[in-house]
Amino acid sequence: MDLPVHVQLDLHRRMVRIRLFEEAAGRLAESNRLPGFLHLYVGEEAVAAGVCGALNDDDHITSTHRGHGHLVAKGGDFNRMMAELMGKATGYCKGKGGSMHISDTSLGMLGANGIVGAGSPIAVGAAFANRYRGRGQVAVAFFGDGSTNIGAFHEAANMACALHLPIVFACENNEYGEFTPRDKTMAITDIVDRAAGYGMPGVIVDGMDVIAVHEATVEAVERARTGGGPSLIEAKTYRFYNHHGVQNLGLKYRSDDEVAMWKQRDPIFTLEDRMIENKAATRDQFDAIWAELRADIDAAIAFADESPYPTPDQIMVGVYTSMSGAN
Amino acid sequence: MADERKLAYVMAFNEAVKQQMEADPNVFCAGEDIGAFGGVFGTFGGLQAKFGADRVVDTPISEQAIVGLGVGAAVTGLRPIVDLMFMDFICVALDQIVNQAAKLKYMFGGDAVLPLTITTAGGGGLSAAAQHSQSLEALLCHIPGLKVVMPSNPYDMKGLMTACIQENNPTVMIKHKRLLGMTGHVPEESYSIPLGKGNILRPGKDVTIVAYARMANEALIAAEELSKDGIDCEIIDPRTLQPLDTDLIVSSVKKTNHAVVVHEAVRFGGLGGEIASQIQELAFDYLDAPVTRIGAPFSPVPFSPALEQHYIPDSKTIVQGIRDVMARV
Repeated sequence: MDLPVHVQLDLHRRMVRIRLFEEAAGRLAESNRLPGFLHLYVGEEAVAAGVCGALNDDDHITSTHRGHGHLVAKGGDFNRMMAELMGKATGYCKGKGGSMHISDTSLGMLGANGIVGAGSPIAVGAAFANRYRGRGQVAVAFFGDGSTNIGAFHEAANMACALHLPIVFACENNEYGEFTPRDKTMAITDIVDRAAGYGMPGVIVDGMDVIAVHEATVEAVERARTGGGPSLIEAKTYRFYNHHGVQNLGLKYRSDDEVAMWKQRDPIFTLEDRMIENKAATRDQFDAIWAELRADIDAAIAFADESPYPTPDQIMVGVYTSMSGAN
Repeated sequence: MADERKLAYVMAFNEAVKQQMEADPNVFCAGEDIGAFGGVFGTFGGLQAKFGADRVVDTPISEQAIVGLGVGAAVTGLRPIVDLMFMDFICVALDQIVNQAAKLKYMFGGDAVLPLTITTAGGGGLSAAAQHSQSLEALLCHIPGLKVVMPSNPYDMKGLMTACIQENNPTVMIKHKRLLGMTGHVPEESYSIPLGKGNILRPGKDVTIVAYARMANEALIAAEELSKDGIDCEIIDPRTLQPLDTDLIVSSVKKTNHAVVVHEAVRFGGLGGEIASQIQELAFDYLDAPVTRIGAPFSPVPFSPALEQHYIPDSKTIVQGIRDVMARV
């Protein structure tokens, strides 16, 4: 573990921000204060934090239906995120997108996406534009294990490699496509096996270890920035809550033992324990970070609560750039 | 004018792309076989030689990724032109067109600009059969966020394609395969025709024909034939189907009191239904007869010329359709 302490603390902070945001969103959903669907990222924080911690502010990411974590890790603003989840006018998408389309193009976050696999071709376009402009930016496509079974992913991966684009394919393999285990939907165990088929290097990392994710991403991003083309990172991870929501309609598709085993490997507590053991940080330090960020979340919920809903006259706004196209 | 420059429809497209690429370094093209080969219809001919392989990009046969490439590049600041070789292939890319390109801006609360042009080739008449001949414009016009353009002649092609490239919304430019060789006056200098503004292709006083793409030309032939019977047709070419120039259509119908809508797409669920409905909502009291639709029968496009020539409407079908409408008076 050679990463400078400040980098480790940065990754830790990104993870705690995700955890607190998602836990708060889950509580709000359970008390029926959030409309629509909610796909929580809890358990997978090391992936978004480890990857985004290796990116510059002007690098681009595309995301998934489980996208809050990616936006938080890229620097998303709690207030605007919470307001969007509540469908308020002050939200990131002015209440037009919600959880599944939350985005901030100024942070290079090109949207959570309600269509499985659809983000990867868009990341290819961002990577193309980045090389075209020649400013050294890269793009990262976040996607799940399940989306590697859809055509859009294959087309994107092949095209990225054929055009030798500056892109990193970051797979969050949480072993379930919605409610169905991976081994029922594909005949391979490791997503990384697909990388060779497109002609790009691939690596498996422990997706519960933010340092490992970060180090693999630094290498892949460096390759992309220096003209080495695409890479695939498969992070083995797990979602602590369900496909959507917290209780997920009470559906039972994973054993309690399995969930408990993965929770033992909590990416945040694992990092904290390791840093304390290595005398890189103290428990008091971590407690202060959690307390500070909890206050941010409380403030965000208050901000969202107090924010107005969009008015009906906003329905037709933003269909087109300028209103000239509205019929 | 004796010195009017003539250009083919296909080269009018090509010239619009070339001039916009010269004017704006953010414009690039990507698609199947468009680079060294120049596109299967020659629409991109010579562009890679002029602008290089970084700006005129040969892609894999991957329609989802081609449109995705355009979406991602547009939302991060470029002005892409992505080509789907045949209009039928939009079906392969519909998620990226319908769920991504069309909706990103809205879903992001306005925080996205998508100056994306999707070009494709539609229409039948080449015995290309059911997967290479369709007119699927109604499907695209039904999607908020898209603009849909179907030029009927070389002049319109250049001006509309220039407008598409300069447009800050996702636009689908549908070339008609049977018009590629059509020649006509096209000025050399760059010009644009505003999207959403129709054109009175032929002024007349007795009946309004709304027709676009190749059917606008068939309507012109039909109008000449009908003029021998003393029926004076006004032909409205909407040029852009989304947004539709409803005002122009309605003002024409208020003058002629008769309307016939013609398209090559199948009649059921086609744009003719929408146009007819707009007319009856906005000009019901002016109509002397029901608004009539002329379109293809509700079958896939057949292969054999013996079938296809009866499947696609033509000037004779239009003449008959208009005589029927006028006979009701």
